[in-house]
Amino acid sequence: MEKLKYALFTGCTAKQSTPEQLMSTYAVANKLEIELIELTEASCCGASHLQDYDDFLSLVLNARNIAYAEKHGLTMVTICNTCQLNTAMTKHRLDNNAELKAEVNEKLNEVGLEYKGTSLVTHFLYAIIDDFGLDKLKEMVVKPLSQFNIAPFYGCHNIRPSELQNETHRTKENPYNPTSLDDLIIACGGKNVDYEQKNKCCGFHVELQAPHTAAVLTGNAIAGAVDQNADWMVTPCPLCHLKLDTQADHASKAIGRDVELPVLHMQQMVGLALGCSTEELGLKHHIAEVNFI
Amino acid sequence: MSTHSITTQKVNFKVFRFNAGDDYLPYYEDYSMEVTSEEVVLDILNRIKWDLDGSFSYRRSCRHGICGACAIKVNGRATLACKESMSTIINIFGTDLTIEPLSIKRAVKDLIIDKGDFWEKHDAIHPFLISNIDEHPDMECAVTPAQADELNDADLCIQCGACHYACPVVEINEDFFGPAAFAKAYRFEADVRDDAHVTRLTELHEEKQGLWDCVKCFECAEACPKDVNPIDKITKLHQMLFKEGVATSNVATRHAVGFKHSIAKHGVLDEGGLVLYSEGPAIVKHIPVALKMLRKGKIVMPWAIPKSDNLDEIQKLIKSSSTVKF
Ligand code: SF4
Ligand code: SF4
Ligand code: FES
Repeated sequence: MEKLKYALFTGCTAKQSTPEQLMSTYAVANKLEIELIELTEASCCGASHLQDYDDFLSLVLNARNIAYAEKHGLTMVTICNTCQLNTAMTKHRLDNNAELKAEVNEKLNEVGLEYKGTSLVTHFLYAIIDDFGLDKLKEMVVKPLSQFNIAPFYGCHNIRPSELQNETHRTKENPYNPTSLDDLIIACGGKNVDYEQKNKCCGFHVELQAPHTAAVLTGNAIAGAVDQNADWMVTPCPLCHLKLDTQADHASKAIGRDVELPVLHMQQMVGLALGCSTEELGLKHHIAEVNFI
Repeated sequence: MSTHSITTQKVNFKVFRFNAGDDYLPYYEDYSMEVTSEEVVLDILNRIKWDLDGSFSYRRSCRHGICGACAIKVNGRATLACKESMSTIINIFGTDLTIEPLSIKRAVKDLIIDKGDFWEKHDAIHPFLISNIDEHPDMECAVTPAQADELNDADLCIQCGACHYACPVVEINEDFFGPAAFAKAYRFEADVRDDAHVTRLTELHEEKQGLWDCVKCFECAEACPKDVNPIDKITKLHQMLFKEGVATSNVATRHAVGFKHSIAKHGVLDEGGLVLYSEGPAIVKHIPVALKMLRKGKIVMPWAIPKSDNLDEIQKLIKSSSTVKF
């Protein structure tokens, strides 16, 4: 197989509050011989909040990010569900509206850039599944995670709106019963835990303005995994990770029950199965300690 | 001659049963039957009632996907029973299907729910056109096709409640208006003939019941059988709040605007700075978590916030492409 190569859009969180996610992304990419060219020029995607304020500006900024991936002639790979959604949504809108694309390009031209629509945008989870292949991954597993019950937590913005996701990825998820992360757990030799909240919202986006709602959603999610005897949770989204890992105390208070579980990034899980060291995977950066390895 | 052939499959149904008058707890009844590829979900409900158990209850009226009465859940997925074909359902979920009301909590009899909360919230947003129209106008009120397009998909809402009972915030916060009410509000906000923009928007801006409590989970977009896409309308209402000058300074609005400031300064987001900008002095309540994060190397100090390369480009674009002031 030809070596895979992507333009990496890190997003902001992986450079700040989840450094372990970026470290583990590179560790896994190295093992799988996937080349990542970091888009150091990229700006924040707006995380669905800039979009609430100034839609056009958010389109211009996201189109600029994709334009840089296009300059490299590469598919853009994201490592955050919300970055994925905002970037893919921008691409969808510009590719389906010539007038809007022209307006955005008029701005981008001011800084010598053009959005063409030539680069695909995918999430690292789907890059592994769609492009690298789970069968090949399975063959490379040196430390199968067979002693663990692992609860997948999908995060909203990778699975909904399904119409957009299904035109973006080759893996067709059923948002009511998604399977990609479960399949990844199984490929890593782990046991996937089925629980009701696996495709539900963690509440991240209203943590500041509606803390009670956010805390109940987080609490329910962790409790759902605990009740099915999960040893830990795994997620492809650093925002879900932050919510589930750092807010367990608030969540416990909100639902009136003590719940806490380690929450690994999907890259860390894959890295463990591939035999990466705990240092490479940044396992010491978690609030709910990862002390079982 | 048509080449279309009808196929038949055996399907096992687990059907929610509950009679608030008699039952203490709900239970599930199993039914198995041969289902043809020509049938819709409502046909199955009819067959259960007509052939197997006359006491089985559900709502239906138009059988044309326009009255909204027959919305239920199949394997957790909101479904308009008269519109959804059994072959689609079987394709998605296979032949073991669970049929439930939209909200188990609000079940009255089998699939029939009390939609009282839905209608109360629907009414609360003034779901009608408010306009000072001359009773004897000289000419018609012209609406351009482009203006009509702005509200077309919101106008398709049939008030089935699928999105409302799929919304996790409706479940947690009983004051929250919910996606259908917001989509309806947008229907009139986007209508050029409506004169109540600011009044309605001001109500939607309220904390707890209002727009800023939506968690952006897209459950409503997924659930809607008419492609109304309520979260898209919520986003547009957010944008209107700023454009019409109705947005007041609160945690949510500062959070949205803070993104622009942070991007202008660093390209990427200064996460800590954004929380400070949004919350002001109330940020102190995050100190215990912040300390834990600091110990785990999950916080970057203000002086070490990364910056995007070619930041001048980003700044130039923000200057030339910003369309809103706040
Ligand atoms: S996106 Fe918002 S309104 Fe829609 S279901 Fe989720 S929380 Fe409810
Ligand atoms: S927006 Fe869609 S799902 Fe919600 S009530 Fe209207 S038609 Fe039903
Ligand atoms: S019976 Fe009217 S929408 Fe189904």
